[in-house]
Amino acid sequence: MMAVVPSSSGPTPSARAKIEDLAAAVVRFAGDASDGMQLVGAQFTSGSASHGNAVFTLPDLPAEIRAPAGTLAGACGFQVHVSSQPIHTPGDVLHTLVVMNPASLRANLNDLEPGGILIANADAFTPDELAKAGYRSNPLQDGSLGAYRLLAATMTQFSLAAVAPVNLIPREANRCKDFFPLGIVCWLYDRPLEPTLKWIRETYVKNPAMIEANTRTLKAGYHYGEMSGQLPTRYRIAKAALPAGRYRSVTGIESLALGIAAAAEQSPRPLIFAGFPAPPASELLHELFDKPHANVKVVQAEDDSAALNLAIGAAFGGALGATATSGPGLVLQSEALGLAVMSELPCIVIDVQRAGPSNGMPTKTEQADLLQALFGRNGESPLIVLAPATPADGFAIVLEAVRLAVRSMSPVIILSDVHLANSAEAWRVPSVAEVPAIDMAQALQGELLSRDERGVRPWAIPGTPGLEHRTGGLEKDARTGNVSYEALNHEQMVRLRAAKIASLADEIAPLETHGPISSDLLVVGWGSTFGAIRDAVTRCQAKGLRVAHAHVRHLHPLPSNTGAVLKRYRKILVPELNAGQLCRLLRAEYLVDAMSLSKVQGQPFLVSEIAQKIEAMLAP
Amino acid sequence: MPTTPLPTLTPGDFTSDQQARWCPGCGDFSILAQMKIVLADLGVPRANLAFIAGPGCAGRLPHYLNTFGFHGSLGRAPALATGLRLANENVQVWIVTGDGDALSAGTNHLVHALRRNVDLKIILINNEVFGLSKGQASPTSRPGTRTKTSPEGSFETPLRPLSLALAAEASFVARTIDVDVNHMSEMLERAAAHRGTALVEIYQNCKIFNDGVFEYATDTTLKADSLIYLEHGRPLLFGKDRNQGLRLNGFEPEVVTLGHGITIDDVLIHDEKAAEPTLAFLLSRLIGPAFPECLGVFRSVQRPTFEQSLDESRQARPTRDLESLLTGDESWLVA
Ligand code: SF4
Repeated sequence: MMAVVPSSSGPTPSARAKIEDLAAAVVRFAGDASDGMQLVGAQFTSGSASHGNAVFTLPDLPAEIRAPAGTLAGACGFQVHVSSQPIHTPGDVLHTLVVMNPASLRANLNDLEPGGILIANADAFTPDELAKAGYRSNPLQDGSLGAYRLLAATMTQFSLAAVAPVNLIPREANRCKDFFPLGIVCWLYDRPLEPTLKWIRETYVKNPAMIEANTRTLKAGYHYGEMSGQLPTRYRIAKAALPAGRYRSVTGIESLALGIAAAAEQSPRPLIFAGFPAPPASELLHELFDKPHANVKVVQAEDDSAALNLAIGAAFGGALGATATSGPGLVLQSEALGLAVMSELPCIVIDVQRAGPSNGMPTKTEQADLLQALFGRNGESPLIVLAPATPADGFAIVLEAVRLAVRSMSPVIILSDVHLANSAEAWRVPSVAEVPAIDMAQALQGELLSRDERGVRPWAIPGTPGLEHRTGGLEKDARTGNVSYEALNHEQMVRLRAAKIASLADEIAPLETHGPISSDLLVVGWGSTFGAIRDAVTRCQAKGLRVAHAHVRHLHPLPSNTGAVLKRYRKILVPELNAGQLCRLLRAEYLVDAMSLSKVQGQPFLVSEIAQKIEAMLAP
Repeated sequence: MPTTPLPTLTPGDFTSDQQARWCPGCGDFSILAQMKIVLADLGVPRANLAFIAGPGCAGRLPHYLNTFGFHGSLGRAPALATGLRLANENVQVWIVTGDGDALSAGTNHLVHALRRNVDLKIILINNEVFGLSKGQASPTSRPGTRTKTSPEGSFETPLRPLSLALAAEASFVARTIDVDVNHMSEMLERAAAHRGTALVEIYQNCKIFNDGVFEYATDTTLKADSLIYLEHGRPLLFGKDRNQGLRLNGFEPEVVTLGHGITIDDVLIHDEKAAEPTLAFLLSRLIGPAFPECLGVFRSVQRPTFEQSLDESRQARPTRDLESLLTGDESWLVA
């Protein structure tokens, strides 16, 4: 390996490496939890986004908080999809893989495309580390990586040399090495360093030595890419055509938190959010504590059941009540969901679905709570079920949930999942004036015991003289509101509760199709599969296949045109990260011969998996 | 709360349009009657009162009161009531619960409401049996209690509700009995006046499934020797002639008779405001026949309510307006 003298002067354009244009690239940074790959990936993302690219990211976090260093279980990564076109997924296959140790090489190499670029920290490929990852010989030297374009650099040594002139204690000096591979990747994709340099200046504003040291390491990496000559080609990804405006990156958790704040902003009483730390829904609890809005009160409840009961108590008191849960937490909330249905109180349950049953795989994604959300309670207990389609969609979906909850005095379940929660996309920041308005005053009007034309009762709030009443989980007389076990009254009330939810079908957006409005194949999805389905359908359309995509955001009630849309296509394919739950529902509801594409591996769909299925179904 | 003078309310103003449907002779009738009397004297408008309950005979009580009422799922009343308090601090919130509701399914939520010190008044009607579900053992059933689920007599160790409450850092703990209506009124008034979670256990006779379980405390010939009425700052004396007392022998309580060298100075003085609940805990564990059982206020101390503490902690962290939240910490312009 040639020695390179790290320079602290600004990068200069490469004289040797040629630059090729590329439509899009997927880059994954992988290392131990201590390697700071999340940070490096986030920096590459914001640098690319401010450069004008479309971006979509996915951190792959290990299940263990502190898995043993160097082991496969401890490997963690951050994947960035950078594109000159609109994109909806973190990408299937890697163009570049950065590995900080042998374990991350072993854990991630399968995802690197043949001929892809592999950037490795050669310093970490010691006999010890190789053994922990199960390598008998050093793959950087034994020729086993011949199918890839390899850049191996002694990153630890180079970065220590780069920071030598700065007076740092060894622990700080070691931390700076994360910026070395970022420098290489910025060189590789012709990214400006300035956004990261600005971030370094702001983050270490109180520690000028760290500003200097990190700046030097970043630039050293950039120069190394240039000077080492190991990679003869660099890439340039053109700007994407995005609507003008201010943008930020938003994860599926952040967007939900923003939706909650935007709903609270319009609420006359505080919004009460109660949550129990069930991962990954606990991230939302953290976010709401961390970035408080004046009209949101956040409480850590003793369990998931208490959390939803707190929200229902708040709703009885005239406030919006909300909670978030994951895994078996939703089971604990089934009882209280029935109570909210029966007492006709508006509250929001956000279920960040994870692989089950039971505790399953808490950090892995799945969409297998759909039928539970729709039907998983004792008795006939219809409620509203919505699902955001993309990470940023959480914002709009929370506002829609609140609108419908208040409109029909009903609980709403929002089905997010681990994949949405963790992924991030660029989002055009709406102005406060653009936030959809929710009419809460309307729900507060009306006489006790009156129902509107849709059968919705008024929100009769404690503290209001004349509205004293008793309600709760027992069946009520349709006329007096008192407890009633009358046979015909019960049937009337069951039908009334169902009808007021069903009638929302006319007040929600119709199901839209992307592609021909009538053709051979409609791919129907819901929730986090949006990106993979949309990219697969677009890819197949480009090949001339007559296929369309419809994505369901309102799962109950379904939009009123759903049946008509389905019947315009010869075949229907329903890709889901479960054993075929929406597919079963569409078949039962509309008597269509929908076909399931099911995946239950704790991982999202690859675009290619769906595209292949489409091609197979449309093969002559 | 309104500042204009309130029309005077009578107990009858709190009667709802529902006919009370407990078994004839049930102790709950007396509790409902005293509750109405206490409410009439409170001076809080009906619209600013809410009663939260769960399933069970006790849980029917809110239906018979013409205030706001909510009948939740088994054991969850403390969580519902906490949410209501956070949403609407103009409402005085009461929980009416039984031993089956509060201490079977609801123990978890009860404990957390107590430790948080949410401003709630909890009436725990303890009849040591499941009534509405038709006679099964409850977590407070005494050993030997014969029920449908303990046909040979219960062999489980019962929970002592007030010991549990004190261990859960309760700031107000009291006990009374359904037949002593004056004492019951006094305890309900004290609970209403307390800021924080107030727990009042009411010994209640279930005529159908556990009749006479508190006979030692209701029978006029027995009760003087079976009960100590706690009074703050007064010695713990009992007995027809008030010549028996409670004293400490090391860490153990013992019953003594005044005279023969034992004077009133040997007898423990009740201190409901003691900083540590140690003595209150000791008193909460006394049960007959070896010891008299205590009625009255075991503990009444002031500490910040959950609502206050939450507001203070919220004020300690600067909130952000919606525009700043939406924009986030890092954003960029696309032209
Ligand atoms: S079962 Fe017992 S507690 Fe219930 S109403 Fe009858 S007597 Fe009262």
